[in-house]
Amino acid sequence: MATKSLKARHNELAEKNEQLKILNGGIFEEGELPYFKDKIGLTGHFPLRPKKLEIFQINLGYMCNQVCEHCHVDAGPDRKEIMTRETMQYCLEVIRNTGAHTLDLTGGAPEMNPDFRWFVEEAAKAGIQDFIVRSNLTIIRANKKYHDLPEFFKKHNVHVVSSMPHYTRGKTDKQRGDGVFDKSIKALQELNAVGYGLPDSNLKLDLVYNPSGAFLPGDQVAMERDFKKALKEDFDIQFHNLFAITNLPISRFLDYLIASDNYEDYMYALVEAYNPMAVENVMCTNTISVSWDGWLYDCDFNQMLDLKVDSKIKHIKDYNEDILNDRDIIISQHCYGCTAGAGSSCQGTVA
Amino acid sequence: MAKSYYDPADLRKFGKITEWSEEIGTKFFDYYGKVFEEGALSAREKSLIALAVAHVVKCPYCIDAYTKDGLQKGITKEEMMEAVHAGAAIESGATLVHGVQMMNKYDKLSM
Repeated sequence: MATKSLKARHNELAEKNEQLKILNGGIFEEGELPYFKDKIGLTGHFPLRPKKLEIFQINLGYMCNQVCEHCHVDAGPDRKEIMTRETMQYCLEVIRNTGAHTLDLTGGAPEMNPDFRWFVEEAAKAGIQDFIVRSNLTIIRANKKYHDLPEFFKKHNVHVVSSMPHYTRGKTDKQRGDGVFDKSIKALQELNAVGYGLPDSNLKLDLVYNPSGAFLPGDQVAMERDFKKALKEDFDIQFHNLFAITNLPISRFLDYLIASDNYEDYMYALVEAYNPMAVENVMCTNTISVSWDGWLYDCDFNQMLDLKVDSKIKHIKDYNEDILNDRDIIISQHCYGCTAGAGSSCQGTVA
Repeated sequence: MAKSYYDPADLRKFGKITEWSEEIGTKFFDYYGKVFEEGALSAREKSLIALAVAHVVKCPYCIDAYTKDGLQKGITKEEMMEAVHAGAAIESGATLVHGVQMMNKYDKLSM
């Protein structure tokens, strides 16, 4: 298991252009598989255009206490990119005026940003309907200063969305690192203890499932049923919904696919599972993603490929929702990850 | 023409069998799809049965397909291996139960 980011390892895939070269070349360039642009063109979805903005997703930084094998952010303890309070001020200004009903904070581990709590307090005052923090769970147990996070989340009625690749120790630790499973279980129990995830509780606790390997997620409803049964029986843990998310072929997951000789098969699987119904609701059509340094992207994946929005508004400090919404969404072959099967987004399936 | 009988990439072409016999090919795939839907048995249980049978009929395509299908459904490797043993036990049992026929014949022919 790697303990450093691709960037710290000076891996060539830490370069965004190298990733795009792979995604645009090989089986796609040779015509074995169709480009995403041509595929969505067949059903009249090209160019892909935004609908009403609903989700404002902010990446507070790439620093993380974990180094997960599949991480599309290439996050880890060695990443120093962190959103400053100045950029947060720009974000707050937008949050107060945006038509979006959901604010989605992500990272890295967003809690590791030194201004995280200040930002949550200020953003909570803006009275957004659904206020999500994507927590990796282990951060709650990583250091004493994070132990009270469940209480802090509760105070601000934060909707907690947490990663949990499997309900067994072996699969979880293989993807996310040794000891992650036990710490995650403990963190979930602590969230339950303050009222998160209980039936009828308005303190929402959802789990995110990513496959731990070169395969697509199964049926979200069936997976949720299995997770609920196992976590309740084995650990007396409860949660609300399970989001099944497909791993997109970028960053560390792309590195894994290539190193394990699974890249071509995985791309075939994504293209074969292409579902035009999923294109209708793909998350870039209702989301704006903001990077730690304030740049705007169609989604978190485009952020990691440094594909900034195709608009004259490219930075949070110049934010104008009307101008921004009148744009074509930037796509490449990684987008097949969001349109496979029942579709995939940060909120789970879309079709 | 390939120099070996099995090529993993051929699995992707399975659907093409309909091209040479469209009606019955299509009927087969409709039936196949229906069989593996949730029913009195869950799709998860059926996936494990398919994996066990895949081993018994020694179909490399099916083994690849249902190992991947099991992973997608969150089935653990311990569950998969137990399913393979269930198939193997039936297969070896089917051989061994013929031992009774052998015993019957032996007894009949012996004084």
